[in-house]
Amino acid sequence: MPEQRKPPAGSASTDPPGSAPENVAVIDATTPQDDRPRGLRARHPLLVYIVVRLGVSVLLILGVTLITFILTNLVPSNPAASALGERASSDPAAVAAFNAKYGLDKPLPQQYVIYLSRLAQLDFGDSTQTHNPVAKDLGSAFPATAELALTALTIASVLGVGLGLWAALRQRKFVDQAVRVVSIIGISTPTFWLALIVYYLFFYKLGWFPSSGRLDPQFNPPKDHTGFYTIDALIAGRPKVFWNAVGHLILPASVLVLYTVGLLARFARTAVLDVLGSDYITAARAKGLSARRVTFGYILRGALLPILTVVGLTFGSLLSGAVLTETVFAWNGLGQYAFKAATTLDLQAIMGVGIVVGVTYIAINFVVDLLYGVIDPRVRNR
Amino acid sequence: MTEPLKAEFVAKRQLIRWPVAWRQPLTMIGLVIVAIWLVVAVFGVLLEPHDPLVGATPDRLLAPSAEHLFGTDSLGRDVLSRVIAGARVTLPLSILLVVLSMVIGTVLGALAGYFGKAVDEIIMRIADLVFAFPTIILAMVVTAALGPGLENAVLAILLVSWPQYARVTRSLVLGARNSEYVIANRLLGVGVVRSLTRDILPNIAAPILVLATLDFGNAVLLLSGLSFLGLGSVPPTPEWGAMVSDGVANFDSWWIATFPGLAILTIVMAFNFLGDSLRDALDPRSRRATTGRAV
Repeated sequence: MPEQRKPPAGSASTDPPGSAPENVAVIDATTPQDDRPRGLRARHPLLVYIVVRLGVSVLLILGVTLITFILTNLVPSNPAASALGERASSDPAAVAAFNAKYGLDKPLPQQYVIYLSRLAQLDFGDSTQTHNPVAKDLGSAFPATAELALTALTIASVLGVGLGLWAALRQRKFVDQAVRVVSIIGISTPTFWLALIVYYLFFYKLGWFPSSGRLDPQFNPPKDHTGFYTIDALIAGRPKVFWNAVGHLILPASVLVLYTVGLLARFARTAVLDVLGSDYITAARAKGLSARRVTFGYILRGALLPILTVVGLTFGSLLSGAVLTETVFAWNGLGQYAFKAATTLDLQAIMGVGIVVGVTYIAINFVVDLLYGVIDPRVRNR
Repeated sequence: MTEPLKAEFVAKRQLIRWPVAWRQPLTMIGLVIVAIWLVVAVFGVLLEPHDPLVGATPDRLLAPSAEHLFGTDSLGRDVLSRVIAGARVTLPLSILLVVLSMVIGTVLGALAGYFGKAVDEIIMRIADLVFAFPTIILAMVVTAALGPGLENAVLAILLVSWPQYARVTRSLVLGARNSEYVIANRLLGVGVVRSLTRDILPNIAAPILVLATLDFGNAVLLLSGLSFLGLGSVPPTPEWGAMVSDGVANFDSWWIATFPGLAILTIVMAFNFLGDSLRDALDPRSRRATTGRAV
């Protein structure tokens, strides 16, 4: 440390920090500023907010592609071999053609641009395992996972927020402790194991629910509109198929609900507790409003924003859970595809799953951010 | 003239309020389970009734009995011995993972928070990128590219787990950086390294350690998840996730998957119990909330 920056020896004792605010201000660069928005931001705060969030999301998506680019083209010692598989990579002509096609003989930045333009055309390469274009496989796997994840998310949100609210209102009482312990156990349970146990008990031993897959073998999948078997069956007017698809959804969705409901309950509890101490809640109570009015009109409304964020984040753990759960239930979604790809080291397919899941996750959080901005005007001006 | 500079301005540390932590039954339950598993990991060799790696073909898929308390797997190996041996695989690796990611994350987060500007931007944008993926997906993608194996799985988990420490440390350092005692000591000529390690870090260490306790469970779950996917341990290593995966292939024999799964559940749960009550003893928010009246 430079000597000249030391103050005279006596000064420290005669000037306690509290009595010398001007000294502190010299170092403290974050002096209060006028942070009222100006210009475009003042006139169209929501628009600016949306554009900024959109920009951030696009940058993140670019980052995701940068990661998968590095992992496919730089990390493996021989990208051609890992993309083509054992047999084809022993053929020099095939390797040369591959390198030329993907520009692997060009400088790195140019390789990345080629990679990006391929992704933009939805060319994720070919799967060495299914021999299909990865994009085609992902297209059929994605709706299956989405149907499962959205079903689980809906149930888990309702249950989780309800439990969290209940626990917060009964803070430090038995219900609170019970919700706490149960949710920690939920977070601690390995999903892939839970899936196996649930499947073994409720299908194999008890026979309460149909076996694995999305439909019984005697049914043909309904005509494809949304990729969701339940909705497509309703559109096609096939109630039997609809109920069968619902039956197949129950077990895997329950596993994902058990896995996420604890997390949601914990966060909902904290969010509600944050609101509980607020003056406006006290005021609402002082006005003599009924307990129900205060709970649903004031507490839950105030806690809605943080809960919304958590629901968005939970979607990520649902997708993770799906990857580990689908295999057990032979649910032919992204998870089972990723599992098969991982076990056969089908690199293009794994990266495809990574990109799709990453982009979905970013998109969900973008939507959550938007809702945030729409619901809470303060967020836009931050 | 260095001695008179000894910290004149001392801050209140963010400490764990141990009396509060001890009052919680979860602390005790967590500690006991962790202690049991540590004993199993250290003295496991003495406790194993059979060889965890070698089995006899006639003994394959035996149901639990007096001879094989947890039954045998598809290669005739004793499941109980493999669960015990699994503790020696999972626990050291998870401890290594948590310590490494805590050190890396804390250093990067402290640098980001202390220096701000470009350093902050670079470190935190990389962290954001990691947060753009669900963890197991990113870990899976990285392990697949590096090639399967426990070392690469550990590397991948390290890559996805440091940013949470960086985020927490950064915000804690931001909060402490401009407090009077830090500024005063800076004015007295205390250097950057000393300011960070002596003035700031001791005061923010407790929340980071609580995070590490909670992260231990994540490390175990990620490690066993990757092994379940076939990307982690290589046979015949007795890794719990890989053992559950063996149970999927031999669906009728429920014991193959059930016991290693319970092993994962109990150790993760114990650390989460512990971390949760420590966080409770730390978090001023929950202290304030206890005074809030219920409806």
